[in-house]
Amino acid sequence: MAGPAREPLRPLRLFGVFFRIGALNELQYRANFAIQVFQSVIALATGLAVIGLVFSQTTHLNDWTQPELLAVMGVHILMGGVIQTFIQPNMVRLMTDVREGTLDFILTKPEDAQVLVSIREVKIWQAVDVLIGLVVLGVGVAQLQASIGPIQAIAFAVALLLGATMIYCFWLILTTGAFWIVRMDEIHELFEGVYQSGRWPVTIYPGWLRISLTYLVPIAFAVTVPAEAITSRLTVETIAIAAVFAAALVVVTRAWWRFGLRHYSGASA
Amino acid sequence: MTAPARPAVGPVRGYLDYYLTSMRIAIATQFQYRVANYFYMIGMVAEPVIYLVVWSTIARQQGGEVGGITPGQFAAYYIVWTLVRNMNIIFTPYGWEERIRTGELSGMLLRPVHPIHADLGFFAGWKFVVIVLWLPIAVVLSALFQPDLQPRPIDVVVFAFAIWGAYLIRSVNYWILGMVTFWTTRVGPIFQLVFTAELLLSGRLVPLSLMPDWAQRLADVLPFKWTFGFPIEALVGRLPAPELLGGLAMQALWIAIGAIGVRVVWRFAVRHYGAVGG
Repeated sequence: MAGPAREPLRPLRLFGVFFRIGALNELQYRANFAIQVFQSVIALATGLAVIGLVFSQTTHLNDWTQPELLAVMGVHILMGGVIQTFIQPNMVRLMTDVREGTLDFILTKPEDAQVLVSIREVKIWQAVDVLIGLVVLGVGVAQLQASIGPIQAIAFAVALLLGATMIYCFWLILTTGAFWIVRMDEIHELFEGVYQSGRWPVTIYPGWLRISLTYLVPIAFAVTVPAEAITSRLTVETIAIAAVFAAALVVVTRAWWRFGLRHYSGASA
Repeated sequence: MTAPARPAVGPVRGYLDYYLTSMRIAIATQFQYRVANYFYMIGMVAEPVIYLVVWSTIARQQGGEVGGITPGQFAAYYIVWTLVRNMNIIFTPYGWEERIRTGELSGMLLRPVHPIHADLGFFAGWKFVVIVLWLPIAVVLSALFQPDLQPRPIDVVVFAFAIWGAYLIRSVNYWILGMVTFWTTRVGPIFQLVFTAELLLSGRLVPLSLMPDWAQRLADVLPFKWTFGFPIEALVGRLPAPELLGGLAMQALWIAIGAIGVRVVWRFAVRHYGAVGG
C-alpha cells in the first residue's frame, strides 16, 4: 500500500499500467489491426493523390515545394495518430462519464482526477498512423536534399512534444465544457474537420484564419511548426512562442479543469 | 366487434401523407438540436474552405487562374459545395449495423411501407432545417471569400431539382451499400473504398475539370458525379441548356437504377435478418 507521501513519478507508472491493459485489450482483436492498416493506407493514398493533383498544376505552394509538403503531410498523419491513440479516446470517454455520472468512480480514486482521465484509454492500433506518418516524413525529408542535423532533429522532437501538449490542452478545455453543456458529442466531429486544415502549412491561409489556426485551435503548433523544424525553416522566435504558449495553456487548462470539476453534480444528482 | 370501415386511401395520397408527416417530425426533432447541427456544419465547412484556399493560392501563383478557373470561381464552387454537401447527407451505411444488431429493423418491417421511405422522408425533412441553418453560413463565407457567382434563372431552377436528385441518388445507392451489413459486419474497408472513390470522382475534392482525363471519363460512367459535381456546376458553371437538362436526365437514370437495385437486393437481404430484440 503506497505511503501518504506522493511519488512524483506515479502518474508515469500509472500510464504504463493503463497502456499495458489497453494494449492487451486491443491485441485480442488482431483483425482490427489489418483493418486499421487498410484504412490508413487508403487515407494515405488519397492524401498523395491530392498532392499529386496540386503539383500537376504548379511547382510550389506559396514557397513550399513538393517534398516539403510531403513532410507536412507526414507530420499531420503522425500527429493525427498520436491524437487518435492517446488523446481523443480519453476525451470521448470523459464526455461519456460526465454525462452518465460515472466520473464519480474516477474522483474517488487516490490520484489526481485530471491525470486519470487523461491516461486511462489507449487505442494502440491507431498508432499505425504514427508509423505511416514517420514513413511519409522520411520520404519527404529524403527528397529534400538537405541533411538533417542533430539540431533539426531535436527541434523537431521538441516542437512535436509542445504541439501534442497544446492539442491535449485544447481538447481538455473543450471537454471540460461538458460539465455545463452535457451533450458534446459533435465536438469531435468539429475537431476532425478543423484538424484537416493542418494537412497544409498554415502560412497559406488568409490572416484571420491563420491566427485562428494558431492560437484558437493550435493546429499550427501541432503540425506546421514541427514540419518547419524538420525542413530547416524554424526560427528561434517561433519555438520560443510555442514554448511560452504551451506553458500558458497547461496552466489555464489546469485551472479551467478544476473550476469545471467544482460544477460536476455527480451520479446521484 | 369490428371497427367501422374507413375509406381506403389511394397509394399516392398514402405515400404523400406518409412523407409529409415524416418530414414534419424530422423538422420538429432536428430543430431542437440546432446547436449540435451547427457544430457539425461548421466542422464540415472546414473541408471546402481548405480546398478553396489551396486552389485559390495556386491560381494566384499561376497568374490568376488554374485550369481556366479563377479564385472567384473557386470561391463560388466551394461555397455552393457546402449546400450540396448538406443536401447529400443521408442515412449512413454504417447505421445498418446498429439497426440490425439492436433489432430496430423489426419495428420498421412491421410498417405497411418499405423501410426506405422512412429514411427518405426523415432526411428530406431534416434538409429544410439544414437549409435554413446554412443561409447565415453562406452569407459569412461569401463575405470572406468574394465568390464570382451570377446564375441565370435556368441555372437556379435546374439546381433546385438537381440537389434533390443528388439526395435521392445517394440515398438509394448507400441503402444498397449498407445492406452489405446483412452478410458481414466487417464493412469498414468496403465502405471506405466507396467513399474514397466518391471523394475523388464526384467533384467533392476539386472541380472535375481539374482531374486527369482518365478520371473524368471514369467519373462520367459512375453515379458520384451526379450527386456532387453536377449540382454545383449547374449553378456556377453557366452550362448550356442541353447539358443542364441532360444532367437532370442522368440523375433520373441513376435514381431509377438505384431504386431497382434496392428492390432486388432488399429481397435477398431481409431473408438474412433475424433479431431477438426491438
